[in-house]
Amino acid sequence: MPDSHAASVPHAHHHGHDSHAGHAGHAVAHQFDDAEQQFGAATLGMWIFLLTEVMFFGAILAAYAIYFVTYVDPFEDASNHLSLALGALNTVILLTSSLTMARAVHAAQTADARTQVRWLVRTLALGAAFLVIKAFEYGSKFEEGLVPGIGFRYDGPGAAQHELFLSFYFALTGLHALHMIIGIGVLLVLVWMARRGRFSAAYFTPVEMSGLYWHFVDLVWIFLFPMLYLLGRH
Amino acid sequence: MIPELPLFPEQASTMAGPVDQLYFFLIALSAFFSLLVAGLIIAFSIRYRRRRVRLERPEDFGMLQLEIGWTVLPFVLSMVIFYWGAMLFIDLRRPPADSLEVFAVGKRWMWKMQHLEGRREINELHVPIGQPVKVTLTSEDVIHSFFVPAFRVKQDAVPGRYTDLWFEATKPGRYHLFCAEFCGSQHARMIGQVIAMEPADFQAWLSGTERGAAPVSMAEAGKRLFTDLGCVTCHQTDDSGRGPSLVNVAGSAVELSDGSSVVADSAYLRESILRPQQRVTAGYQPIMPTYQGLVGEDQVLELIAYIESLRDRGSTPLGEVTQRKTEAATEGTAG
Amino acid sequence: MTPDPSSRTAVNYLNVDYGVRSWLLTKDHKRIGFLYLVSITVMFAIGGLAALAIRLDLLTPAGDLMGDDTYNKMFTMHGVAMVFFFLVPSIPAVLGNFLIPLMIGARDLAFPRLNLASWYIFILGGGITLYAVLTGGVDTGWTFYTPYSTEGSNTNVTSAALGVFVSGFSSILTGLNFLVTIHRMRAPGLRWLRLPLFVWAQYATSIIFILGTPVIAITVLLVAVERSLDIGIFDPALGGDPILFQHLFWFYSHPAVYIMILPAMGVVSEIIPCFTRNKIFGYKFIAVSSLAIALLGFLVWGHHMFVSGQSVNASLIFSFLSFAVAIPSAVKVFNWTATLYKGSIGFEAPMLYALGFIGLFTIGGLTGLFLASLGLDVHVHDTYFVVAHFHYIMVGGAVMGYLGGLHFWWPKISGKLYPEWLARVSAVIIFLGFNLTFFPQFVLGYLGMPRRYHVYPPEFQVLNVFSTAGASILGFGYLLPIVYFAWSMRYGKVASANPWNAAGLEWATPSPPPPDNFAETPVVEDDPYGYTRIDPGEELQVA
Repeated sequence: MPDSHAASVPHAHHHGHDSHAGHAGHAVAHQFDDAEQQFGAATLGMWIFLLTEVMFFGAILAAYAIYFVTYVDPFEDASNHLSLALGALNTVILLTSSLTMARAVHAAQTADARTQVRWLVRTLALGAAFLVIKAFEYGSKFEEGLVPGIGFRYDGPGAAQHELFLSFYFALTGLHALHMIIGIGVLLVLVWMARRGRFSAAYFTPVEMSGLYWHFVDLVWIFLFPMLYLLGRH
Repeated sequence: MIPELPLFPEQASTMAGPVDQLYFFLIALSAFFSLLVAGLIIAFSIRYRRRRVRLERPEDFGMLQLEIGWTVLPFVLSMVIFYWGAMLFIDLRRPPADSLEVFAVGKRWMWKMQHLEGRREINELHVPIGQPVKVTLTSEDVIHSFFVPAFRVKQDAVPGRYTDLWFEATKPGRYHLFCAEFCGSQHARMIGQVIAMEPADFQAWLSGTERGAAPVSMAEAGKRLFTDLGCVTCHQTDDSGRGPSLVNVAGSAVELSDGSSVVADSAYLRESILRPQQRVTAGYQPIMPTYQGLVGEDQVLELIAYIESLRDRGSTPLGEVTQRKTEAATEGTAG
Repeated sequence: MTPDPSSRTAVNYLNVDYGVRSWLLTKDHKRIGFLYLVSITVMFAIGGLAALAIRLDLLTPAGDLMGDDTYNKMFTMHGVAMVFFFLVPSIPAVLGNFLIPLMIGARDLAFPRLNLASWYIFILGGGITLYAVLTGGVDTGWTFYTPYSTEGSNTNVTSAALGVFVSGFSSILTGLNFLVTIHRMRAPGLRWLRLPLFVWAQYATSIIFILGTPVIAITVLLVAVERSLDIGIFDPALGGDPILFQHLFWFYSHPAVYIMILPAMGVVSEIIPCFTRNKIFGYKFIAVSSLAIALLGFLVWGHHMFVSGQSVNASLIFSFLSFAVAIPSAVKVFNWTATLYKGSIGFEAPMLYALGFIGLFTIGGLTGLFLASLGLDVHVHDTYFVVAHFHYIMVGGAVMGYLGGLHFWWPKISGKLYPEWLARVSAVIIFLGFNLTFFPQFVLGYLGMPRRYHVYPPEFQVLNVFSTAGASILGFGYLLPIVYFAWSMRYGKVASANPWNAAGLEWATPSPPPPDNFAETPVVEDDPYGYTRIDPGEELQVA
């Protein structure tokens, strides 16, 4: 980018490491006037993104709700195929991970890199534990022949609707697990950034935004758990 | 040879006239507003074509009044159209009580028709004029749509459920029957004819005298299936079988095992044949196997016709739908 | 600010860097807009060729040109390419990308890297879909109705659906970027009610992008999964409901029509004041009606399902709401017309497109009333009447708006003038060709010719011949701008910063704009469309 032009733009910060751009060595991107505007844009962007996620999960949850109302009995029966214990354990794990994530966001603003990394790694470990348990659950469904399409062997009363329920179970929890995997990827990047001392009271946007995402993914599970696991128990 | 250039479809049902009236009203309305907008654009374009001096236009000439005016006027007009269209739709959706019943099953790429009296047709539907005809639709595979332009009626045939439409033909003739919902390779060839006939001709056709042997009625065919499939071993005429007796069931309220109840309409009867575990009659075990794949949609319709014919005199009141059907059938054969 | 248009040494976004790499790795919203321009033109050509094949085939009742399956794949290719890969991205991704930062006095969109990612996602989605087409094609129609798409069809539905799914994320990210940019990056003094109506329209469109697109994404994903893994979300044999698919599909796909038309309305709202030298009439009403359309548009999807077996009560509600959503569109048409009053009207190509838009959109909108009327829709549903109606909206409306906008801002985009007379001639050819193509289809539809019919009864032939003749003219008309725009990039006369003497921030910077758009951040002190302050006698710069 030619300097002659850049010089004539008072607010422009053309290069990532512009000397007067922001604190702690972090740059304000060239399209923004200041760090405040940049943070505001990032926050708004994240909330809008979460809104699209709400619509994404909302559509399939709405479809599920319609079928549930239509087939109350078979769906309630079918929910007994799921392991309440593992589901509840995962709920506890995720709720705890939300807590550690909140601590990580706090640490990013107030604490040193080592503390930041510690909270991020704890969150990461809990997320991984969730996925491992989920994998065991999926595995047992395979063994029991409860996976629609691939090997569905259940032929008790209302088998068709059980298959429908389990189709939704895999679609919903699968999408959720995919979000968890993405979240863990994001956490790995954050750990790497935190170790390099990128975050401080002046700049912690990535941690804050990832925190919003992580809480959202937890929130989805808070809907999924009762809607899938607790149907047959009332 | 002068090629044919039709601009308007034939009117051959009682609803064709009323639908066309709304159509003409909307054409007039559209023509008025299109010409108004086009006229204003052309007039302004000529009158105010590019000039070197500015014409003084007040900043807000009648602004609010105009805005309110052209918001309220279209709203009022559109509500009139809404009401008109809605009334027509309700008429189109509500078959008269004395409708003759026929059944059409869509299957790629043909229409299979059945008359209660037993005549079956492919891609042709014979109907009498001067009498409402209710067509019950379903599909064996994908969604089809039963469309008779001359009657201004259309209804999707959806797999797994029953839908219906009705019409009353007004003049004898052969009319296009189209499949209007895309259904694959030969969608455009899934066409047929509705043949409207004088009632007497229709009766002659229906009783099969043109071809000799009298057809087997749908209920009769259903009865044979009922025996052949072994239904009769569990569903006996008294309540001694492992399944409930089906006498007087059609159209009545059925108590279910979960404590709720359901009216045994054709949709419920169909479900009970194909997905018997779905809603089980109170007091019975969910032991009936599914007949999905063993019977086609046309056979399901025959079984339902048979179940609906299972009546003993002077017992519980019959469902309204069934009553009409029986009457229509009786009238049909009597006429 | 007095930019020097004749100086070819001035640094602008086109000459700042050369080479394929500098384009493929660009984060400049203007270059990304240009990338979209090229990509969607390719998709338009593919969809257009398919349309031409369809029209040629329908010259004869027996459909002699191709077989049943080929025909079905052709109209599917036409629909998928045009809807998902041309119309939806057209104005937002090309003109919106290019213009929003310029119009609000920003140096770029809020998230330039995300913007580039959107384009790559779009290309990936388009690539997957093209792969599906080239390796055998898809025959479900762009609507992917179940159970035909999940069980009936044995064509490449899964990959086509995945392509649509992927490209959806491009829309979502573009909408997100626009919303954040419009909220957070406006120049000092540029209050909401000073925003150009084009920006308002993009804002409304972006709302639909972010709320509607996720729903179609998950829906086509479920179709792909149901098809490939044989699970049964919509399968009637498992008690699934094929009609549910239609609800989910139209929840997006009806608002998607507003994705196509709202930006075009925004374009027209910019062009008309410029070529009448008037302030736009009813600024607030036009702005608010865009939002009203975007929000009400989410509540009318069931009007595609009046004959599907949907309950009568649901149909009544959807019909009522469909009439309600027509009102804000009518308000816009009246306001544009009133803007002409006591103007100083010029008829350069952009204005011809804008006037053509008003006429065709009016017809398209009014025939929408036919379809919203329950009793009448039963007859015309899924016939050529519907085909004609939505082409009047999407082609007569959206494409006319897109072409009008492309001509209007071409000097800004390319720094060159397009040949004015040729452009006027092609605008007239397109208008006439369009009407000859699609007007007969209204008649055909009321006669009862169903859509997606490869063969048809002989009495429909004459009207089909008219339509095909019109399509040939239309096709030729579309070819002209592609040729002369490309030609003008190299040989066109150099454009000044503001060849139309137009108001608006985008004209206050050189053509083509420098990489960071403005030499210094502009400060806005007036309402938009300050044409009363511009001397109407000043010559425009045309080639």
